[in-house]
Amino acid sequence: MCLAIPMRLIERGENEGVVELDGVRRTVSLMLLPDAAVGQHLLIHAGYAIGAVDEVEAETTLALLRELADAMVDP
Amino acid sequence: MAVLVHRIADAAARLGRPATLMEVCGTHTHAVAAAGLRRMLPEGIRLVSGPGCPVCVTPVGYLDRALALAARPGTVLCTFGDLMRVPSSTVSLEQARAAGRDIRIVYSPRDALAIAQETGLQLVFLAVGFETTTPTIAAALAEAEATATPNFQILPGNKLIPPAIAALVSDPDLEVHGFLLPGHVSVLTGWRAFEFLADEHGVPGAVVGFAPTDILRGVLELVEQNGGGRSEIVNLYSTVVSPSGNRTAAALVERFFAPADDSWRGFGVIPRSGLALRPEWAHRDASRIPVELPPPQEPAGCRCGEVLRGVIDPPACPLFDEGCTPSTPVGACMVSSEGTCSAWFRNDRWGAT
Amino acid sequence: MSGSSRAPATLLLAHGSGGRLTHELVREAFLPVLGNRFLATLTDAAVLPELPPGRPALTTDAFVVDPAVFPGGDLGYLSVVGTVNDLAMVGARPLWLTWALVLEEGAPGELISTCATGAARAAAEAGIAIVAGDTKVVPRGKGDGIYATTAGLGVVPPGRDVGDHRISPGDAVLVTGPIGDHGATIMACRHGLGSDGLRSDCASESALVEALFASGADVHSLHDPTRGGVLAICHETAERSGLRIHLDELAIPVRPEVCAVCEVLGLEVLSLACEGRVVAWVAKRDAGAALAAMRAHPGGEGAAIIGRVDERRAGEVGLVLETAAGGRRPLDLLSGSDLPRIC
Repeated sequence: MCLAIPMRLIERGENEGVVELDGVRRTVSLMLLPDAAVGQHLLIHAGYAIGAVDEVEAETTLALLRELADAMVDP
Repeated sequence: MAVLVHRIADAAARLGRPATLMEVCGTHTHAVAAAGLRRMLPEGIRLVSGPGCPVCVTPVGYLDRALALAARPGTVLCTFGDLMRVPSSTVSLEQARAAGRDIRIVYSPRDALAIAQETGLQLVFLAVGFETTTPTIAAALAEAEATATPNFQILPGNKLIPPAIAALVSDPDLEVHGFLLPGHVSVLTGWRAFEFLADEHGVPGAVVGFAPTDILRGVLELVEQNGGGRSEIVNLYSTVVSPSGNRTAAALVERFFAPADDSWRGFGVIPRSGLALRPEWAHRDASRIPVELPPPQEPAGCRCGEVLRGVIDPPACPLFDEGCTPSTPVGACMVSSEGTCSAWFRNDRWGAT
Repeated sequence: MSGSSRAPATLLLAHGSGGRLTHELVREAFLPVLGNRFLATLTDAAVLPELPPGRPALTTDAFVVDPAVFPGGDLGYLSVVGTVNDLAMVGARPLWLTWALVLEEGAPGELISTCATGAARAAAEAGIAIVAGDTKVVPRGKGDGIYATTAGLGVVPPGRDVGDHRISPGDAVLVTGPIGDHGATIMACRHGLGSDGLRSDCASESALVEALFASGADVHSLHDPTRGGVLAICHETAERSGLRIHLDELAIPVRPEVCAVCEVLGLEVLSLACEGRVVAWVAKRDAGAALAAMRAHPGGEGAAIIGRVDERRAGEVGLVLETAAGGRRPLDLLSGSDLPRIC
């Protein structure tokens, strides 16, 4: 029961914000992530932001995946 | 991807013995099946599904109680879509809705709160799910209190994953050599919530995300740990998972809920594995409403329990594809698209050749 | 056919009783936009000219889409293009449609006008005439604003033979554009998702299909992936033909907004409805020519080859997806309605 996807916070009020992914926008609650900042990527689940994407870690993971993609398979 | 598959095969060869790995998250079950990952693993590495689907572990009695509440005049039941087709001792929610009960599907507990505020009807929200979902329900309860909305209640059914894993690991029938740990549950709990697996039971775990590469990286890690005789909890989803998780969410859950012994389909009662509403929130607790319940009826021959514990694969159940199919589900494992039997039926049932 | 549709501010039961108000409704809301020499007579049935040579094709459809007005279209427009497309799928050139409405007491006039105007626009785009119509009004609560039922008549030109009986191992499977636009748009409307780029793909496919035939490609079968999406029609086609269809996940075009809606709501993109796409089964040697013909036609720019047909051995499943991750899985029909998942 863990369907949660990263969406970018583009606007926020006190308890709510608007998040966006590929042009699709949704209003979500920020009650579980009160310090969310506009511009951050948030994990959205059941209409709530439950966590934030650590951009540094995300970059590291991406780099690792790129390395995997480029790796040669040993003969 | 091919590189990962190759490295897993190498690591498995070096390990030199079969290994059983278990995932405990319905979304992982679905992702593994959807990408056809099982077929990519080498002989000897077996990936089984545990009780990761909250719909599947919800006992029949919960659905019976929900239906009894829906029958009360002026009541509207709100639920996540996943519960609609689960069989109870009598009918499913979907069948009850067709027969005239006011049962509505919502995507978020906030939608249910809005319905309570708009209609004034007595609203009961079916609160199921694990640590990812429970805080959203706590937040909706907080909002109901803040807006003084008296007609919003929940039927508590949320459960905790670590106690279930502890029960699995202590099960003599089951030998698991490593756990793929739930990525989004870990966002809320922090990965340290699973350290007991390594520290107390010597079983390794890897917290992984939901892309096929994430899952395969986890498999590789677990096979390698087994090969090296190590057992650690490794966080492979550091993009969103931290050591201690979401403290705001934890505090909100703590405000409304307390751990209680709870019944899991297929497991019986697991101590302190469920969440009950604290007594001061009795006015939000629909389980306190007295209703008449039928004697709980588990379907005869159904082996959901053993499937949920990873003891058997779905085809070993006599009902699998013999009367129990996604369109005519007998047990809960077949209803949810993340149920082990449903995922197996759709994606691993290849027929001859 | 000029003028604009003027419907009463609110629809009354009396608008369906066959008396003065019904007459007014037809004359003011429908005739100004739909009017042609057949409808104008307002008699019990349309007497049509002789059919062109070939075999007549007849189809029927009901339209209950909710919401009835959505980005990219409305129930009126959809009801006409949907019917036209059904005819095009059997290789028929569409000619005449009937259009029967069941309206709900209290339905806003604006809804009726929008749908009437939409239907008229679709008819003009598809080059067909709506030759017979009917309107009933049911009491409040017994309908959902507006339902439409249609019948469509067309002719399959001599020498043209299109159908699943012609599908053979080796055939290429093509789609005329990105999938799921309509279904995703409707789901987004229903669940409060906003998007500037998301719109229904509903459109007449008749001209594109004719262009495909004109290219000389050996077209074996055509299906429009409406209810149940590409998944449903490929599954059904595999069952009917007794062959095995392989779809290549990486080759199937999907717009990012549609992917996003599926991720947010937990939907399977392959089962989302398309209302302006065609899936074509074409002889292998003509796959390139067919693709070129589709891409050259307005609306077909996003066409792609998405799969192939194989022999099916005893006990094998009929529909297989080669996944983006490099795995394979059998594809089965969805069992329930496509409920937004949380899990």
